[in-house]
Amino acid sequence: MSNYSLKEIMNKPERLAPGHRMCAGCGATIAVRAVLRALDEKDRAVIGNATGCLEVSSFTYPYTAWEDSYIHNAFENAGATLSGVETAYKALKKKGRLPEDETFKFITFGGDGGTYDIGFQSLSGAMERGHDMVYVCYDNGAYMNTGIQRSSATPMYADTTTTPVGSQSNGKMQNRKDLASIIADHDVPYVAQTTFTRDFKDLHEKARKAIYTEGACFLNIMTPCPRGWRYNTPDIMKICRLAVETCYWPLFEVDHGKWKLSYEPKKKLPIEEFLREQGRFKHLFKPGNEDLIAQFQAEVDRRWEDLLFKCSR
Amino acid sequence: MAIKDRMSGNEAVAYAIRQVNPDVMPAFPITPSTEIPQMVSTYIANGEMDTEFIPVESEHSSMSAAIGSEAAGARSLTATSSAGLALMWEELLLAASNRMPLVLTLVNRTLSGPININCDHSDGMGARDTGWIQIYAENNQEAYDNFIQAYPIAEHADVHLPVMVCQDGFITSHAVENIELMEDGVVKDFVGEYEPEEYLLNPGKPIAVGPYSVSNYAMEAKKNQEIALERSKEVILQVAEAFEKISGRKYGLFEEYRTEDADYIMLIMGSAAGTAKQAVDDLRLQGKKVGVVKLRVFRPFPAKELAKALSRCKAVAIMDRCESYNGNGGPLGSEVTSGLYRNKVMIETVNYIYGLAGRDFTVNEVYDVFAQLENMIENGQQAEQYQYIGLRKQEAPSE
Repeated sequence: MSNYSLKEIMNKPERLAPGHRMCAGCGATIAVRAVLRALDEKDRAVIGNATGCLEVSSFTYPYTAWEDSYIHNAFENAGATLSGVETAYKALKKKGRLPEDETFKFITFGGDGGTYDIGFQSLSGAMERGHDMVYVCYDNGAYMNTGIQRSSATPMYADTTTTPVGSQSNGKMQNRKDLASIIADHDVPYVAQTTFTRDFKDLHEKARKAIYTEGACFLNIMTPCPRGWRYNTPDIMKICRLAVETCYWPLFEVDHGKWKLSYEPKKKLPIEEFLREQGRFKHLFKPGNEDLIAQFQAEVDRRWEDLLFKCSR
Repeated sequence: MAIKDRMSGNEAVAYAIRQVNPDVMPAFPITPSTEIPQMVSTYIANGEMDTEFIPVESEHSSMSAAIGSEAAGARSLTATSSAGLALMWEELLLAASNRMPLVLTLVNRTLSGPININCDHSDGMGARDTGWIQIYAENNQEAYDNFIQAYPIAEHADVHLPVMVCQDGFITSHAVENIELMEDGVVKDFVGEYEPEEYLLNPGKPIAVGPYSVSNYAMEAKKNQEIALERSKEVILQVAEAFEKISGRKYGLFEEYRTEDADYIMLIMGSAAGTAKQAVDDLRLQGKKVGVVKLRVFRPFPAKELAKALSRCKAVAIMDRCESYNGNGGPLGSEVTSGLYRNKVMIETVNYIYGLAGRDFTVNEVYDVFAQLENMIENGQQAEQYQYIGLRKQEAPSE
């Protein structure tokens, strides 16, 4: 793992073929390709997918972009569906109906709508039962497929189509749910939060650990959505860097119950740096709204301190 | 050699599940089907079968997981009742449209509200347009026999559709009756090994399941599914014929009981057919020409066959253990009359709603129904074409 090289890893055959219909610059497909690069080439996989942008754009009959076996069932049940697939693997192995040297890995992708919200129960059940699978949430902080409606992953004050900014509204009223922490409290062997940083080493190593740790594992990947967040599309790496450097999106892992910070900014940047780049927070920079930014900053600080405490134990 | 025993309907189905030994069973408890996953879990705990049981957190997840395991290449099943089936509704459609040959053993119970745990057919009837084959049992023996026939129907190359095997909650599921069981080996040979053509875990031959489909393709997918359902009728009969050879018990799309010369027929489904047959035996002793048609296969709906079977009688009582809130009758009432009309069988019909939420259905009520049919034909006394029987009489207000 220490000799990770992005150049080398990019030479692996792609498991998500080009030609799908996701937007240019979409964070979700970047996350998918990065996670799948963590698979050993010899290992087979079954990919699960909750309904969402990724599903409708990557498996549009009669075309599929997936090189591995793939199943989409519905919006709210990706966890349960892969539970069934993984259990079938156990059953077929036990009954000798699969060659002994064949290894399958099970990876599910869901957006924050299918994961934090409508699919939360199904995910919780799958994690608690301990199926040998990885659930990857590509968290872009709203229901993007239906046109940017708020989710429980949407940050406070974001302008979405169901929390629109108006004369009587500053956007979403509530803080976002901390899903990685909630899944960690399921006592699963491995949970990690990551996004796109530098050479993708953080994401790669976490994906590898999640895939090759036995049991139910969870990855929460922040995947910016240029349409929903309204930033300059080519700036995605900058957006991710600012999310990490402001501690809005800390990088951490919970390995068999042990919380570990993956990266600590040398100098924590003020949250404005992250917010300013995005159209969904434009209203926060109007004169008179300084207190809203202060509140946003206070919430980021509170969560960061909480995370530092968890990691210090 | 047949094994004579005494069992409840739930025990009989659990026994059949043990004999078939499917690969994966996700399930969530709900009265009155709870015993089935309990008994299966006990069989597994004692090493009498090696099905992988998934104790899911809801019925939506049990059907979702069953679709996942079936798509992966494992013979799968689940069990449920009532609200459990209602919660699965979205997934029932996906099981059928993804052409998953899995099996659901349904123990029929009413739907809320008011919440009530007893039998009627509103759960199964609510799922009547989900694309599943639905087979109803009169008693524990039929519940057992129908389950054993389910996979050979579902997995047939012409079908590839899920099968719902239904029995009446408590009346059949919990009442202990005599039963004839088959030996394990006979059942295993009859059902055979599951050999899917394409599945997720087929090494080197990946597939993708559950596409998004634009309007250019989606309508053909739906029509193909409908063709499969139509074809299943023939397969159900073939499987029944093969089953008769190993069991000696004969099954069709429906059973005709003393209908050869009947002027009046009661068309009914499930356990109440037993009550109707008893009443018919009694009335025959009085010289009444009455009979029963017991519908076994509700989906695909055997409209032509039923119309033919009813064509010689003067009037038919169509018995619905379900209200469908369309203001015009129950589901069987609608489907049977439309089948009669399309096949130009213009006989009198009366649609009775009976036995909702476990309300008793008695031999006396069957007498009353036949008397009403006879009075209508013989004396021209028109009966309401859609009516309830067995309702409480309005009581005088107490002091």
